[in-house]
Amino acid sequence: MVVWRWTKAVVLFLVDYIIGDDWTVAALIALGLLFTWRLVEAGVAAWWLLPLVVLAANIQSLRRAVRNGG
Amino acid sequence: MNWGVFVSTFLAASIEVIEMVGIVVAVGVTRSWRAARVGAAGGLVVLAVTIIGLGAALQSLSLETLRLVVGALLLAFGSQWYRKGILIVSRDGWATGHGAEGVDDDVPTGFDWTGAFLSFKGVSLEGLEIAVIVVAFGAAADALGSAIVGAGVSLVVIGALGVATYRYVAAIPRRALQLFVGAMLITFGTFWAGEGLRVEWPGGDIALVWLGALYVVAALLLMRIVSGWRPGVAAAKQGSLASSAGAA
Repeated sequence: MVVWRWTKAVVLFLVDYIIGDDWTVAALIALGLLFTWRLVEAGVAAWWLLPLVVLAANIQSLRRAVRNGG
Repeated sequence: MNWGVFVSTFLAASIEVIEMVGIVVAVGVTRSWRAARVGAAGGLVVLAVTIIGLGAALQSLSLETLRLVVGALLLAFGSQWYRKGILIVSRDGWATGHGAEGVDDDVPTGFDWTGAFLSFKGVSLEGLEIAVIVVAFGAAADALGSAIVGAGVSLVVIGALGVATYRYVAAIPRRALQLFVGAMLITFGTFWAGEGLRVEWPGGDIALVWLGALYVVAALLLMRIVSGWRPGVAAAKQGSLASSAGAA
């Protein structure tokens, strides 16, 4: 029971640590990785996509945080 | 020694070590130094065991898979530091984010278990974050030794410096450091996730330099943009408050 509680606490901590207060950033980055993979598979130079998605994801998150009083 | 990994883990771990020192010193000063030391030692054991356990678990994965997973993780949590840094520094300035943590002062006469637990909790939680950084950087760059040394040097140097002269260590503006380390984490995250997906970076490994420059310049620009958004948002809020008061 104690082991289960500790495991659950560690998993919840890691999820919170990795995803944080805005899950949309993690979701957009996941989509960016998926599209990058598809482009690479199709033989297209895709190096520009990931930095663009990372910046766009952070900008939309910052915009929402400011709107919410951040 | 992989110096890129060493410096990255040293800087990233330093942020957590400053937090750690803050908690341990606060417990030591306001409750009991013995309890603070016992709790901190327990937390450091948890940190060592976590690094060894996670490091061993990742040895069986291929480097490509590892870089994709670690890159994605670094992108997700590096983005949090990056955003938090931009938001707070643009609002409160570069010097923001220093000071000590507050704790209770109901100290018992015997061994202070509460103090030891507070110290243990602080060190093990911050330590868990260091463990993730060490294993992520170490495994993805195939340089676990350099990552462990980087975090170890940070623990010893910043930790000892912090305990000896906490007032000075507390004066390090953590939010500004967080912003730049966040930029560094997403730089490595982008590069490694791309490598994991077999992206061909222009300039090869030099891409780390231009990606880092891109994210730092973007952060500086975003700080100005975010500052510009705030008055507009405040005015819109006041306008909606006034119109709802008028309607009432």
